[in-house]
Amino acid sequence: MTRYLGLYFTRIGFSVATALIGVFFALPLVWFIFAPFNPRAELGLSIPEPFSLTNFEAVFQNGFAMRGLWNSLVQSVGGVILVGAGATLASYALSRSPIPGKSVITYILLLFSSVVSGSAAMVPIFLIINGIGLIDTQIAVILVFAGGLLPTAMFILRDFIDSIPKSYEESAMVAGASPVQAFFDVALPVIRPGIVVVVVWAFVSIWGSFLIPFILLRSSEKMPASVAIYSFYSEAGTPIVTLLAAYSLLYSLPVVILYLLVSWKFGFRFFGGIKA
Amino acid sequence: MASIRFKSITKKFGEFVAVEDLNLEMNDGEFVCLLGPSGCGKTTTLRMIAGLETPTSGQLLIGDREVTFLHPKDRKISMVFQDYALYPHMNLADNIAYPLKVRGEAEAKRHARAREVADVLKIGHLMERMPSQISGGQQQRTSLARALVYPSEVYLFDEPLSNLDAKLRLEARGFLNHLQRDMGMTAVYVTHDQAEAMALATRVAVMDAGKVVQYAPPMEVYRRPATTFVANFVGSPPMNLLPVEAMIADGALHLKADRVSVAPLPVSRAVAAALNGNSKLTLGVRPEHLSIARGGEANAITGQLFANENMGPEKLVTLERDDAARFTARIFTDDVIALESTVTLGFSSEHIHLFDPAGARLPMDGEPA
Ligand SMILES: Nc1ncnc2c1ncn2[C@@H]1O[C@H](COP(=O)(O)OP(=O)(O)O)[C@@H](O)[C@H]1O
Ligand SMILES: [Mg+2]
Repeated sequence: MTRYLGLYFTRIGFSVATALIGVFFALPLVWFIFAPFNPRAELGLSIPEPFSLTNFEAVFQNGFAMRGLWNSLVQSVGGVILVGAGATLASYALSRSPIPGKSVITYILLLFSSVVSGSAAMVPIFLIINGIGLIDTQIAVILVFAGGLLPTAMFILRDFIDSIPKSYEESAMVAGASPVQAFFDVALPVIRPGIVVVVVWAFVSIWGSFLIPFILLRSSEKMPASVAIYSFYSEAGTPIVTLLAAYSLLYSLPVVILYLLVSWKFGFRFFGGIKA
Repeated sequence: MASIRFKSITKKFGEFVAVEDLNLEMNDGEFVCLLGPSGCGKTTTLRMIAGLETPTSGQLLIGDREVTFLHPKDRKISMVFQDYALYPHMNLADNIAYPLKVRGEAEAKRHARAREVADVLKIGHLMERMPSQISGGQQQRTSLARALVYPSEVYLFDEPLSNLDAKLRLEARGFLNHLQRDMGMTAVYVTHDQAEAMALATRVAVMDAGKVVQYAPPMEVYRRPATTFVANFVGSPPMNLLPVEAMIADGALHLKADRVSVAPLPVSRAVAAALNGNSKLTLGVRPEHLSIARGGEANAITGQLFANENMGPEKLVTLERDDAARFTARIFTDDVIALESTVTLGFSSEHIHLFDPAGARLPMDGEPA
């Protein structure tokens, strides 16, 4: 009997503990949702009273911040297109061709990429971009992001493509398709779930990055949102919480929309092919 | 339809020789089965015909075209893959019609043709389904339909029935046989199942370790297996093999082994040559040629009863000898057989096969070598 009672209390204790942890993690999110609508927002948590959109009005009137969102979109979409297309073609080739030592190639690239996208390489990257005269261009940001993300994207996708039987393309070719036709008709649709995962991951990575655009760009009208967000800090470095909260919410919306879109359209699955 | 010719084809993967110096001719309208154990190079051979592997050396001809290095799409072939390779993102109609789509056929026309073939294969009502929504047997027929939807010179099959359960496999096998009679197609069919090869082939190429060890019509392979390997591979259960001491005396061949009696046999030229300075041969008897000895048989073998299996219309009686070698008899009776612990099986001289120490068949006189 006492044993069951003990078990009972253990269960209750466990549930309470997990609930507390949950609340702890939920608090910032709750702030994140409420604060933008609170004209007197502070760092503390409070229900907006009155519920107002004045914060958003102020943000929308800030041209630098608005252009930042647009720039983020340009840089992220540009980077995602490069990473998506590059990684698909490269990993398909790596998976299907009999190049000796192809795993080694991928691993070496992967190793370097963690250096490239890390802050250690910022000085050489700056010098290279400066050398080819691309400083203060969106292209530079897109290229550096693509270079940094491609190896990991290739690594993920190659693993995915390796798990797809070659017989799909082989049967297409036997049926009369050229390698290019076989790729677009048969391989690409089957690989698509993997590409979607890579694309979402690349988008989120670029969308949230601060350092690379901060270093490579100079003119304020090219800065992405991750940099522009600093325009809501006062000269002294204290955040203007009301505006910051509203902007943060806007800043996070594209990512949320992307996730919703993808899970509605494709469903987030990785391995296991396509279910009809 | 077209013939296929392999001229000294060798295929290596690195240092590993998967197919060695293959010379085969398959006639127009023939249904050739490549039969052999797993890993003997059957699929590699088939894939070279398809153009999915390139020979390391040698020449391959389809009809009178040399195709050794030709891309698969230009070979006018159809292939059924072991895993069916149905495109998971297309419904059955699009799957079956894909070869026509590649050839630029309009959608209405290719779907009509796909439907025609699908109806013959009894999957016409499933055209809107996705491959993941149909059974294994239906998937198999879909891949078959895709191979049949356009006219090809050569049809290739890589163990197309191996993923089906036993009953469906028999049904599909019968259908393929019917199809072959109907269309007279040139087909190369890979299998490790000797019964499938027997049932379907006009000729069987038995392969072992990258080489063809016998290439002959199925009944020839069954009646006169070229080697002990073939004897052991074809037939169910396979041929019983027993090492024997052989000597020629009084113009007759005497075979001796423990608890075995064999009547003297005529000495064929091949046997005489094989016994030159040698006294070991292998004796082979098929299970269906053995019977429970009633006394008075010309030839008999004795051992301990090992198993007595009831198969319905037939019984499998297996005896074990002192050296643990086993001999199985396949007895066609629906009576229950009661047996003592010691069993003697009898057989007649005309059913004896002889092999030399290297395993090659020793033809009797009058038999084609
Ligand atoms: N792409 C390949 N690379 C290396 N070895 C291979 C390759 N394909 C087949 N092999 C080897 O060649 C041999 C014959 O293979 P395969 O033709 O598939 O045999 P089977 O179809 O008779 O079972 C096997 O030992 C296999 O491991
Ligand atoms: Mg095989």
